[in-house]
Amino acid sequence: MSNVRPIQSPQAHTDDRAQEVDHPSSLVATFGMDQPLKLDCGIDLAPFQIAYQTYGELNADRSNAILICHALTGDQHVNNIHPVTGKPGWWDTMVGTGKPLDPDKYFIICSNVIGGCMGSTGPASINPATGKVWGLEFPVITIPDMVRAQAMLIDRLGITTLFCVVGGSMGGMQVLQWTAAYPERVFSALPIACATRHSAQNIAFHELGRQAVMADPDWRGGRYVDEDLHPHRGLAVARMAAHITYLSDAALHRKFGRRMQDRELPTFSFDADFQVESYLRYQGSSFVERFDANSYLYLTRAMDYFDIAADHNGVLAKAFNGIKTRFCVMSFTSDWLFPTSESRALVHALNASSARVSFAEIETDRGHDAFLLDVPEFFDIARAFLQAAGKARGLASEPASEPANGGTQS
Amino acid sequence: MNIQPTLPLAGVAPERTGSYRTDHLLVADMVQPGSRVLDVGCGDGELLELLESRGIDGRGIELSREGVNHCVARGLAVVQGDADTDLVNYPDDAFDYVILSQTLQATRQPRVVLENLLRIGHRAIVSFPNFGFWKMRLQLLIGGHMPRTENLPATWYDTSNIHFCTIKDFVQLCDEINVKMERAVALDLYGRPVPLNLPWWVWNMFGEQGVFLLSRGEKGK
Repeated sequence: MSNVRPIQSPQAHTDDRAQEVDHPSSLVATFGMDQPLKLDCGIDLAPFQIAYQTYGELNADRSNAILICHALTGDQHVNNIHPVTGKPGWWDTMVGTGKPLDPDKYFIICSNVIGGCMGSTGPASINPATGKVWGLEFPVITIPDMVRAQAMLIDRLGITTLFCVVGGSMGGMQVLQWTAAYPERVFSALPIACATRHSAQNIAFHELGRQAVMADPDWRGGRYVDEDLHPHRGLAVARMAAHITYLSDAALHRKFGRRMQDRELPTFSFDADFQVESYLRYQGSSFVERFDANSYLYLTRAMDYFDIAADHNGVLAKAFNGIKTRFCVMSFTSDWLFPTSESRALVHALNASSARVSFAEIETDRGHDAFLLDVPEFFDIARAFLQAAGKARGLASEPASEPANGGTQS
Repeated sequence: MNIQPTLPLAGVAPERTGSYRTDHLLVADMVQPGSRVLDVGCGDGELLELLESRGIDGRGIELSREGVNHCVARGLAVVQGDADTDLVNYPDDAFDYVILSQTLQATRQPRVVLENLLRIGHRAIVSFPNFGFWKMRLQLLIGGHMPRTENLPATWYDTSNIHFCTIKDFVQLCDEINVKMERAVALDLYGRPVPLNLPWWVWNMFGEQGVFLLSRGEKGK
């Protein structure tokens, strides 16, 4: 069995990742002791910071701002080269000139969620009270906490009403939380491949991931940074398991089938004989280069706790009572992690609240991850929805023609 | 019974009128501007678009994914759903009007659907192809085969229309479930209203389709 290679320890970007945690290469909004973030767990988090990226210009009316909410392992680097991995932005397919979210038309904001590890305060940040990394002393955060922090950022940017809040998966949960908590501040909402609550199956998968992290001896009860370690094996296994849930059976089969990796015959070992094994190992090891293990625990937990109906006496429709926000809900046929039935339940509740809602199920075999991929029908609908909403909002359909000088309004 | 189709429709530019189906113009004329409308089985959203252009707050349900996506791409508020199973999810009195345009005959339970329309909406507008139309009768009587027309070209084995009825049948159903007919119009093969002062049996013979504005009957009747 000498040919069995363990998952490689990440060397390439460890320093970059550590740097980004507290001193990100993004814009940073800091909130002092006088502006605590009131967390659902009862703790006031202060001081804290939010790292964010913006694309495009805010118009004179401050009416063209779009907030993108990122998914579990995403970050604020939507449409620029990632400072740690050097790869393109995670939503380059959706954001950019001529794309549905066009910086020539809209002022696009994306912030790293609270609890994340790309510059917003989270378990990997330094706890100012101790001078050490927070680790598991960081309070447990929720999706509403993330949204509360985003609202503070939006206030800081001087924006009263967002033209649109958009996101997929955990980002979609934040979109829904925005509409439930701040309906008057959200003109339109585009929740994609998400649900109003995390299902038992979803919680189960997350528990699997967390246990994998905590079973890694390098996790050290969450204090791995103190010993200059990172539970990369456990985190990689968590990522591998999660990655399977993001794809469909058909997509995996189309991509890999039973094809062998750089060999003709089985090696009769536990090496990665199959391409799909090799692919998963790559996914696992590249993920640990850019993500903090404790942050993964906190963010998966936040998703598990999410249940909008529970916050409204068990009646989902009450969360959206009398809401004026225009919704476009989208799901994908092959997404079994956040299946269409979840989106449909949301749509029923929105209908019962007389909300203006569109709902489209997109046919694709690419699974949950379809929202990150090039799916033309998905883009067409997003674009048309935003155009119709923009018309209702009084946004010019043509790119705003700013004067060459003095384009910014501040 | 007030039977006054006014075509072309007020508020729609004459040059656009020609591009809309006559039955759509007729339905649009029955809806008060400024009201809230649910179009059940809204297809590609043509009627909804016409309604929204008249300042009506419109929503749609459509069974086919292509139809829904087409509507959403037109900027309409449409959800994917089934008239037979999804109307129960809508609360009482949610809309001023609920429209069922050329869809009644394709539902599994037309009576339940009709009852739901008038539970969700204060009024319902229902249009359907009239199986009592003379061409239909003639094909069955003389040809001895299931009728097929320009507007209903499908054969009996591949049609999605499973509950055909005549205008007479529909009027009877409305009576049975205590639905009040506020307005009724029969359109001939060319989409022209059948002259108004003629008896019911003429409508049932020469109307290619019927368009009805319905409201809830008085209780205890």
